[in-house]
This record gives sequence, structure tokens and C-alpha cells, in this order.
Amino acid sequence: MSVMTPASDATPQHGATARRSGRYSVFAIVRQAMGLHAGWGRAWASPEPRRRYQVVVVGAGGHGLATAYYLGKNHGITDVAVIEKGWLGGGNTGRNTTIIRSNYLQDPSAAIYDKSLKLYETLSQDLNYNVMFSPRGLIMLAQTEHEMRGYRRTVHANHLQGVATRWIDAPELKRLVPIINIAGPRYPVLGGLYQERGGTARHDAVAWGYARACSDMGMHIIQNCEVTGIDTAGGRVRAVETGRGRIECDKLAIVVAGHSSALAGMAGFRLPIESVALQALVSEPIKPCLDVVVMANTVHGYLSQSDKGEMVIGGGTDGFNNYTQRGSWQHVEETVRALIETFPMLSRLKMLRQWGGIVDMTGDRSPILSATPVGNIFVNCGWGTGGFKAIPGSGWAMAELVARGTPGPLAAAFGMDRFAEGRFIDESVAAGVAH
Amino acid sequence: MLTLTCPYCGVAAEETELHPGGESHLKRFGPGSSDTDFEAYLFARKNPKGVHFERWRHLYGCGKWFLAARDTATLQVFGTYRAQTPTPPAEIVAAIQAARPHWQPDWDTSPPRNAEGDSAPGLGDDPAPNPTPARDSFA
Ligand SMILES: Cc1cc2nc3c(=O)[nH]c(=O)nc-3n(C[C@H](O)[C@H](O)[C@H](O)COP(=O)(O)OP(=O)(O)OC[C@H]3O[C@@H](n4cnc5c(N)ncnc54)[C@H](O)[C@@H]3O)c2cc1C
Ligand SMILES: [Zn+2]
Repeated sequence: MSVMTPASDATPQHGATARRSGRYSVFAIVRQAMGLHAGWGRAWASPEPRRRYQVVVVGAGGHGLATAYYLGKNHGITDVAVIEKGWLGGGNTGRNTTIIRSNYLQDPSAAIYDKSLKLYETLSQDLNYNVMFSPRGLIMLAQTEHEMRGYRRTVHANHLQGVATRWIDAPELKRLVPIINIAGPRYPVLGGLYQERGGTARHDAVAWGYARACSDMGMHIIQNCEVTGIDTAGGRVRAVETGRGRIECDKLAIVVAGHSSALAGMAGFRLPIESVALQALVSEPIKPCLDVVVMANTVHGYLSQSDKGEMVIGGGTDGFNNYTQRGSWQHVEETVRALIETFPMLSRLKMLRQWGGIVDMTGDRSPILSATPVGNIFVNCGWGTGGFKAIPGSGWAMAELVARGTPGPLAAAFGMDRFAEGRFIDESVAAGVAH
Repeated sequence: MLTLTCPYCGVAAEETELHPGGESHLKRFGPGSSDTDFEAYLFARKNPKGVHFERWRHLYGCGKWFLAARDTATLQVFGTYRAQTPTPPAEIVAAIQAARPHWQPDWDTSPPRNAEGDSAPGLGDDPAPNPTPARDSFA
């Protein structure tokens, strides 16, 4: 690869030793306090785009930024630009309810989500950025006989996969979640699937931490720059057209979640993706009353309490294609109605905010990490309602795919050829609801 | 809330009265079709940001399936029409173009089988079967 790099970007830096943005530590806080905190450097640079990069990543959500980060960290490729039409982390990454778990039914899912969870466990140290990972535990409620059988099956599958989960009965569940009403009447709580290592993290911080680490390695994060066209010739990409001019690349990674169909269209292929709105809402802050994440998939609702005290609530998606980051009112009503039966104390809370994101749903509700009909274009999409938890693992696997041109063990099962071959990774039974 | 008028019973139905059914005007490829066509029929979707044609069912009304033209970026509804149409009718196209002057249909709008000959691909209009027998690749 004969790529010209300006002198200031010529030395890739690995690890956290020589940070341009300065290393964050308790000593740094003390030192900066002396200067009334006026001396903190910028966490990432806002460079002018170069004419050419080895790898261009479209989309500075968590998955795009993590892809760039592991390209540098694991494969030594730092001549990378991440191009974002809005602001970094402003898509689904900054709009989700931050649930992290790896208790999936199918083996390929468990592998990539558990890799992700393990990376989350040390992410704050690895990035030198506090992502506020909080492994507070996660319970998926069983409120029907079928769900109970389904989750027991998942527990067995998880044991075989080496993912620690266990079935807990209703009395134990009540001890862990005192505010829950297990008696029903419509959907009594029969027990739950408990993953003690599950939890939450601060969504913005995940994007910001990766962005800072990428910038420190000399990568360019170019915000407010929409990709409007993809120039291909002879089955290969040559450049992307953007709001800030034409940018050439040797390889292109498309990591744009809800806009994946649009980008694929620019490159001349179609994806098995439909974009729909998924919503979340938060209540006014209250005193700590819930220190685990609870998901109730039968009634389509899930709940956790943020460190600020807000109850963070999510529910189901809209059923029709939608690119507005809003969503339908009746889904808010449906979610809240379901949750107040199980958590009666919520009925007294005022809701502060409601918002939506555009999620990318595949035919089998599993993601796509794949080569494409265009030789040097790779896609990472289809994380739908549940990809925040997957950011580190997905970035790891995607970087491997982009660097080598062929998928490693984590991505192998997630190629889009699976739809032609009927080799689905059917998580829709286990995870048909937003998560 | 999204409101669509059912073209059968004429009721202006709210979203909660309807059931969404995904992209419309899909051409069915079944047994005997190529793997690519079959896969595309099952999974590949246009998923446009903008003008979209889709199926809806008047579930808590007359129960009929109908089709709608809608903008997925603004939620503007251009009109609804009966399910028994292979492509959106002219008045729907006109309603879309009144609001989106630059929008063009991506299907063949010329009258079918006209004097100049129809060149629409994939409709079984091969002039004659290939006289050379297909080679068995396992031989
Ligand atoms: C309400 C809600 C709740 C959720 N809850 C959870 C949860 O609890 N747990 C969980 O694991 N997951 C959850 N998810 C899913 C999760 O948010 C997503 O799967 C994940 O954030 C996807 O990350 P991403 O980087 O792929 O996409 P995004 O963060 O959406 O990033 C894609 C980026 O691409 C950019 N882009 C698009 N088009 C272009 C273009 N043409 N040019 C340049 N840039 C472009 C966008 O601006 C965007 O910033 C939730 C999602 C929503 C909406
Ligand atoms: Zn009707």
C-alpha cells in the first residue's frame, strides 16, 4: 500500500502510552484542578479530510468506531477515516437503553456477544476512558409457561457455550427485585433467566472512548460529512463522494445501521434489511430502587435505573418502515401499560423524555458482518434492536474481516450468503423483542 | 398517529386498527426459480428512505388487505389503493409527483405488450428454448 501520510500522522501509536489527548488519571485531575480545569486537551481532533485513506469506515456509531479502533490496535492499520453525517454517537448508539448481556440461544450469537461482554469488562482500562460499565446483573422474566421452558433451554445452551447463566424461581427473583409484582394477575412472574455478568454502560462514553482512542492513533474522524455516493468500477470501490468532497480508499466498511439499505444502494446491491423505529423513554429521577436490569419480553417492556435515578424504559418496535427518529405513540402506551402491571410503583412516575432510533432488522433478527458483491466493500449491520451490547465484539470481528478480507471465527456465521443458503441464525424466538 | 383510508370500506383507519404487511408489489418466485430470485423474493427489500409502497390489512375493520403509498422519511401518505394491482395506479403516481416533483417510478410505466414489443425481462418470453441440451456439470 503506497499511501502518503502527512508527517504528523506518520507514527501509529499502539496502546495508551503516548496519548495526544493526554492520559486520564487521578493525577491528571489534580494537575488540571490547579489550572482550574482550563487545560484539558480535546478528546479527539477534527481534521480536514485527506484525499485518500487505506480504509474508510462510513458511520461513527459504536460499531464503526470500534471497527476502526481494532483495525489499529489488532491489525496495525491506522490510515483510517471514519466518516459521519451527523455527530459521532448521534445515531442508535446514543439513543439506546444500554442493556448488555450475552445469554443468547444460538452458538454463533453467544460467541460474538460474549466476546463483546468480556471486552466491555476491561474497556474502561483499555481505552483509558470511563465507559461506566456496570455489571449489575440482568433478569429476563418468564411470564408464560412457554417462556419458562424457552429460558430453561437457553440456560442449558449457555452452559454448553460456557456462558454463565441460571434459572431463578419467583421467590428469589422477588428478593433481587423488591419492586416487582410477581402475582400477575394477567402475566404472573414464574421465574427468570439470570445473567449476573450482564448490565449496562454509558452509551455516549463508549462512542467517545473509542473516538478518542482512534484519534490518538492518528485516525481521522470526520463529522458533519454525509456519504452521498459510492464510486465503483470493475466490481471494486474506488472512492466515496461526500459532503466534503471525494475521498478515495482501498477498502470501504459500511457501518450505518438504519441507513444500510441506502448505502448498499449507492454501491449497487441490496440487503435483507428493513428499517423501523424503536423508542425509549425515561422517567424523572427517583431514589435507587432497582439495581438489576429487568426485561419482560412477553409484555414487551424492559427497565433499568440509571445512575442519575431515572427509570430507563424501552419496548417494541413499530411494524412498518420508518426513517423518522420518533415512533408511534401507541407503542409508548403499550410499553408503559405492560410495565405498570409488573412494577405498580411506576404508575406514579412522570416521564421526562421519549425518543426513537432507526433500527436495521434482518430476516432472521441476527446481524450481518459480511463481504459484499463489491470486492473491497464490507458491511456490518442488522444489529437491530440489540447491538449496543455487541459494539466491542462486533468491532473486533469486523476489523478482522476488513483487514484480512475474509471473516475470522467470530464473523464467519454472519455472512449475508446465509440468506441464500437458508443457514439462518434464528434468534427471533429468543430475542424477538427490543433488547 | 398514522391514518390510512381503506379503499374497500372507505373508513379512515388509525394505525391501531391496521396491521402492516411490508413491501408491496413483490413478484413471487417459487419452485423452479433461480436461488438468487428466490432469496431476493424472500429477503431483499428496497427499504427506501422516501416514497414507499406497502401492504396493510384493515385488521379491526373489514379485514381486507390493501396497498398504500407513503413516505418513510416524513410519514406523508400519498394514497391507498386496491391490492389487485401489479403496479401503483396512475392517480397514485400523480399524487406522489405533486408532492415530490423529481420522483420517478422505478417500474415500466409503458402500456404492456405494445406494438414495439415488450422487453420486460424474466416474464418467460424467451423466443424459443435453447436447442443445445444443458451439460450435466457432474459428468
Ligand atoms: C430506542 C433504542 C433502544 C435500544 N436498546 C438497546 C439495548 O438496550 N441494548 C442493546 O444492546 N442495543 C440496544 N439498541 C440497539 C443499538 O442501539 C444499536 O444496535 C447500535 O447502537 C447500533 O450501532 P451502530 O454503530 O451500528 O449504529 P449507529 O449508532 O446508528 O451509527 C450509524 C451511524 O451512521 C451514520 N450514517 C448514516 N448514513 C450515513 C451516511 N450516508 N454518511 C455518513 N454517515 C452516515 C449515522 O449518522 C450514525 O451515526 C437500541 C436501539 C434503540 C433505537
Ligand atoms: Zn376496510
